Amino acid sequence: MRLERRQATSRSALVLAPICAVAFTMLVSALLVLWAGAPLGRTYALLVQGGFGSVFAWSETLTRAIPLILTGLSATVAFKARLFNIGAEGQLYAGALAAVAVGGLHGGTGFELPLWLLFPLMMLAAALAGALLLLGPALMKARLGVDEVVTTLLINFIVLLGVSALLDGAMKDPTAMGWPQSVSLQDGLELGRLVAQTRVHTGLLWGVALAVLVWLMFKHTVLGFDIRALGANARAAAFAGVPVTRTVVLVALISGALAGLAGAIEVAGRTSYVTLDMSPGYGYSGIVIAMLAGLHPLGVLAASIFVAGVLVGADTMSRAVGVPTYIADVIVAASLISVLVAALFTQFRLRWK
Amino acid sequence: MSEITDILGNAAFWVAVLRIATPLILGTLGVLLCERAGVLNLGIEGIMVAGAFAGWLTVYAGAPLWAGVAVAALVGAMFGLLHALLTVALALSQHVSGLGITLLATALSYYGYRVSFPKVNTPPTITPFAPMEWLPVPILSAQTELTLFALLLVPVLAYVLYRTPLGLALRMVGENPQAAEGQGVSVAGMRTGAIVAGSALMGVAGAFLTLSAFNAFFFSMVNGRGWICVALVVFASWRPGKALLGALLFAFFDALQLRLQQSGDALLPYQLYLMLPYLLSILALVLVARKASYPQALMKPYRKGER
Repeated sequence: MRLERRQATSRSALVLAPICAVAFTMLVSALLVLWAGAPLGRTYALLVQGGFGSVFAWSETLTRAIPLILTGLSATVAFKARLFNIGAEGQLYAGALAAVAVGGLHGGTGFELPLWLLFPLMMLAAALAGALLLLGPALMKARLGVDEVVTTLLINFIVLLGVSALLDGAMKDPTAMGWPQSVSLQDGLELGRLVAQTRVHTGLLWGVALAVLVWLMFKHTVLGFDIRALGANARAAAFAGVPVTRTVVLVALISGALAGLAGAIEVAGRTSYVTLDMSPGYGYSGIVIAMLAGLHPLGVLAASIFVAGVLVGADTMSRAVGVPTYIADVIVAASLISVLVAALFTQFRLRWK
Repeated sequence: MSEITDILGNAAFWVAVLRIATPLILGTLGVLLCERAGVLNLGIEGIMVAGAFAGWLTVYAGAPLWAGVAVAALVGAMFGLLHALLTVALALSQHVSGLGITLLATALSYYGYRVSFPKVNTPPTITPFAPMEWLPVPILSAQTELTLFALLLVPVLAYVLYRTPLGLALRMVGENPQAAEGQGVSVAGMRTGAIVAGSALMGVAGAFLTLSAFNAFFFSMVNGRGWICVALVVFASWRPGKALLGALLFAFFDALQLRLQQSGDALLPYQLYLMLPYLLSILALVLVARKASYPQALMKPYRKGER
């Protein structure tokens, strides 16, 4: 058995591949639902309704999609250049902490700066924190050849422990009754509601705008060209004069900044303070989203809404029929694997000999 | 300072070192096998969770402890087979496939746990492996058979890798698959075998946690141990003996930070002690980076007939 590259992308495969991917994912999750002893049809219906079935469901799904769009873009930029940044989770927390450090109520008042100045400073600090956190692994990769996968993964654990220490110490909210959470943002730094009576905030606009910006960067800038060249073939790119180290460093700064912004926007848009469980793995989900989107910045928007819908729908469904919410993670993982395989078969075919 | 000498003079400390090292030894050898054949396996974190859960569930259902270990190995091997299918047969990205498997294996295990025990607050327990008190060796006699297995596996694996035709073929596939194919070695077969065997070891590494170190299954009990194994393999320059050394060194610092934390002067937040193992791993990676001899074909998918 071997794979053979197709002469041209097959039309029928292009239609069949996504159908097969969805069918495979449905099959896996159906087996799990049956294992839990829940009615199959009703479980699926509840899951879809919970994610997309009403204005409220949509508002929750979009709210959940906002951090996913940003971490998804973070992974897209990095993976496009073959910088395997698995550290978006840590960068997200670093960004959230930086946002609270600049915009938070330290000593009851916080920095006495006009809000029009403080707000951009807060976002800038978050982006910078995320960017700097990825700069180390990127430099270690470029200069010493240290695999960035392992370093970024390990840094996630270090950052989370650091956040935990700060929430116990320097950044602890004294009014939180001993609960480990940071001080809140100053009034006026929170993001506004996009739709009244829901939790959807203007962070969604940030996400969409940044997706378009990243798309334009890929398509119309020299840096975007360098990134694509580096991702396609690093040796050929270096030979053709692409400044490899500079591009890797810039990619790291952009990717880290996007993940850092995810943290700041989550704080400013939803909680107003940092807790240790503010991200249920948004950083890791970003990688899945980038792959589901085929590393296309605009595809990230659709993939984020899909994943967010499954997560939100699973919460609703679980309350009604008692199927554990972890089924959402299984669905996301199974769709990642099946989409990768399906995408492959639009380019290749199997030969039995 | 005297505090540290007190700790080091205590046999219980060295017992803890060996106990902490055991899953790292097994996991690191598993990663080493995969990478020697040229395939990165980031599925380890999830495979360890699945091994811990499946092994524990088997014993909880009434089967003997060794059956639990066997089931954990089998579950690990199954996920390994999936990884091999994706990365060897279909030549997909090894990073993404591995992360996908970690996500899938973790989610399936947590789902399975919640389906099996919907309403428990305290995790149900089993009777774990007992220490080998019959063994007339201090420190080792306080360990279980799984630790002995892990320690014995090191020379066995080293022998197979460096002294047998099978080991030569495996290393060749990881260094130069074209040449290996030219010698009549099946690259796909060799890589698949290595991934399946390595992943089975990762499953056992997970099972050690639930069947020997503890007696129950907790969420996030693996907690990054898998990733540390991936780092340890680089530190060990892909050699079994050095992998053992790396795992012991790592466990030494982990046990030390635990003791320092317990002795409780609280000069520093306890989180700083917990960071030490991760910082140490990164430091180790940087230190060996210049002379690290990566298997030349690591992370390079091999498609027959393509160059």
